[in-house]
Amino acid sequence: MRYIDEYRDARAALRYAKVIERITTRPWTLMEICGGQTHAIVKFGIDTLLPPQITLVHGPGCPVCVTPVELIDKAVAIAADPKAIFCSFGDMLRVPGTSRDLLSVKAAGGDVRIVYSPLDALKIARSNPDKEVVFFAVGFETTAPANAMAVYQARREGIRNFSILVSHVLVPPAMEAILSSPQNQVQGFLAAGHVCTVMGYTEYEPIARRYGVPIVVTGFEPLDILQGVAMCVRQLEQGRAEVENQYARSVRRGGNRLAQELIAEVFEVVPRKWRGLGWIADSGLGLREPYREFDAERRFDLAEYTAEEPAECISGLVLQGVKKPHECPAFGTRCLPEHPLGAPMVSSEGACAAYFRYRRVRAEKPQPAARDA
Amino acid sequence: MCLAVPGKILSISGDDPLERVGSVQFGGIIKNVSLAYVPTAQVGDYVIVHVGFAISVVDEQEATRVFDYLQQMDELRELEETAE
Amino acid sequence: MDTAPTLTVTCPLPIADYPAVQMAHGGGGTLMHQLIERLIVPAFSNPALETRHDGALLELQGLRLAFTTDSYVVHPLFFPGGDIGSLAVHGTVNDLAMCGARPLYLSVGLIIEEGLPMETLRRVVQSMRQAADAAGVQLVTGDTKVVDRGTGDGIFINTAGIGVIEHGLTIAPASVRPGDALLLSGDLGRHGIAIMAVREGLEFESAIESDSAALAGVVGSLLAAGIEIRCMRDLTRGGLASALVEIAEAAQVSIDIDERAIPVCDDVRGACEILGLDPLYVANEGRFVCFVPAEQADRALEVMRAHPLGAGASLIGHVGGDTPGLVTMTSGIGASRIIDMLSGEQLPRIC
Repeated sequence: MRYIDEYRDARAALRYAKVIERITTRPWTLMEICGGQTHAIVKFGIDTLLPPQITLVHGPGCPVCVTPVELIDKAVAIAADPKAIFCSFGDMLRVPGTSRDLLSVKAAGGDVRIVYSPLDALKIARSNPDKEVVFFAVGFETTAPANAMAVYQARREGIRNFSILVSHVLVPPAMEAILSSPQNQVQGFLAAGHVCTVMGYTEYEPIARRYGVPIVVTGFEPLDILQGVAMCVRQLEQGRAEVENQYARSVRRGGNRLAQELIAEVFEVVPRKWRGLGWIADSGLGLREPYREFDAERRFDLAEYTAEEPAECISGLVLQGVKKPHECPAFGTRCLPEHPLGAPMVSSEGACAAYFRYRRVRAEKPQPAARDA
Repeated sequence: MCLAVPGKILSISGDDPLERVGSVQFGGIIKNVSLAYVPTAQVGDYVIVHVGFAISVVDEQEATRVFDYLQQMDELRELEETAE
Repeated sequence: MDTAPTLTVTCPLPIADYPAVQMAHGGGGTLMHQLIERLIVPAFSNPALETRHDGALLELQGLRLAFTTDSYVVHPLFFPGGDIGSLAVHGTVNDLAMCGARPLYLSVGLIIEEGLPMETLRRVVQSMRQAADAAGVQLVTGDTKVVDRGTGDGIFINTAGIGVIEHGLTIAPASVRPGDALLLSGDLGRHGIAIMAVREGLEFESAIESDSAALAGVVGSLLAAGIEIRCMRDLTRGGLASALVEIAEAAQVSIDIDERAIPVCDDVRGACEILGLDPLYVANEGRFVCFVPAEQADRALEVMRAHPLGAGASLIGHVGGDTPGLVTMTSGIGASRIIDMLSGEQLPRIC
């Protein structure tokens, strides 16, 4: 597949690994923000190609992982309602709420449907006028244009039986929360290439300056990530702290203006609670006044839900990169993909699931070493 | 987050810019994708697609940067080694 | 790269912790295995069941037989490349073939939901007939039940099958040895994607067809060529990865495969990329893996490739003896990772 296969070339990957090894003279800790990047790193074994001085920590780049427990509870409440058809991306179905997840609501007879796109949920609303169709609008900025368009179209067409349960979060505030934490060890960032495709990267320039950290907007294929790491390490070795764009084939500095306009038309910036991180000001999106009638929390009267997270789940520390998944006492024992304590073990992008699925550290089992192509 | 995949636009339909749809090819399959956010995209272009929406047009020139950079870094090493 | 501390992965949760059976218990992954291991096998324990193979190998007055059963609950009933009827025939024929048996007779049990259109039933039955004829088996006995509307998903089919073993080999996980070659009969993922496309309404504008097929013929060619097959397994739910993990554990060997040798057609590739699925875990219905002595690998490949259902056959890995139960894969970029059983169904993702 074009624009994918070229960036999975084994020889080039090894050459990049050698380049990184050559330019690294000191230990550095980098964070990749995006769950998709975490997935690629663990799936392709990219971190096994990096020199030991480079530590990659996996950031809170998984909207699934950071969706607060009470929002899952709200989703479960709606899905269990016999007059509702609850549509969601596949990622959200196994995330644990206080007592249930969406998959078990489905098992109990709730009409829960996986959709590929929010427009598919809108289509379901048109074909089921006697049902309330709710779409779980989860995501970072990348998914906001799609969710905005669904609501925009619903309003334009006067579709009355469609609403969205919003859990949109924004990356820059999360980055700042991590950088301003006294436990922070992250020295450089690989920023999320698809978030920046939509939003551009001007928002990261003040962050790079204020905290003195290099930020490299990075793509998702192995060579993208390796180049991103190389560029970031180069900056660190040279004492620079700038925003650079590795993923230039998709990202422009100003991003996608049209998408940003529609996001601003439908959504406004609001404070949001992040699972494991707590409340962060100006870190999420909520529906703006002309579109509030499409807010499922209003339609189903769910605004007052609160919930506690399981005490054992240290997802907050994992999401901030302070701990690695296997350092959690529950990892692989009380917390498993089929019985997760927290979202990072459920989501295929979650750091914990990625570690579990692709690593599975076992007693007496040495880690497979990287091989030459 | 953000699984977005590059695909090639085979054909375009729809007059209303918000409802412009492309028939996009990913490997061997073809899927209809909203082109609302890429009004300049043409047949033959590659677009990055996330949840059924194209969010950018692939810049073919920038696409080789990954390899150019690698080349530059290797050449840099040769220069450094000859300087030593 | 830091070295991780070693942890023992155990599941402390007794099966009783799930008050109700979940979809994932049928998914071919860890939960299903737990259900079988902890609730079902102990209830019946006997030597044939303990071999944990797709079919039971039985001796009856000097005749070696294979006996197997499978139930088909696929939804939608009709999909590109097949339907529940042909699936039900192929699946059981394949389980017999995987024991190295020549499939002979099938039984069929139909559980039909009240209200199923007669025309649908006719199509399913016709399809079973055609599949049986093509596979050289006869449907010799059966049963039909009708259940209340709302409880049957249209139709459920169970088939059981008997085959005769005409060679002297013991084709089972226990026969697998370190050094053996691992062959895969063709490209991955067609069935799972075909089903998912129809079921989730994913509407690809180009239809991907299921690979559902009877494998007895290509297995027969291998046996006729004198290949000393150690073990075979047809890939179903859970895909290639689950089959390999199961065999590695049952045989107490390690298996290493090379991603670059694993064929995946462009259609499936594209679908997997946009849905975020790993082809290694996507269901198949007409593919199998075959463990043979390393020195026979070339010949076995030749034989397989000469058969239409083995045209895409490839050598994908080898068996090792170091860490029992461990399956590893060298990824496309040359680094290595552990292949695990999936827990539950693989779902499309956006993230």
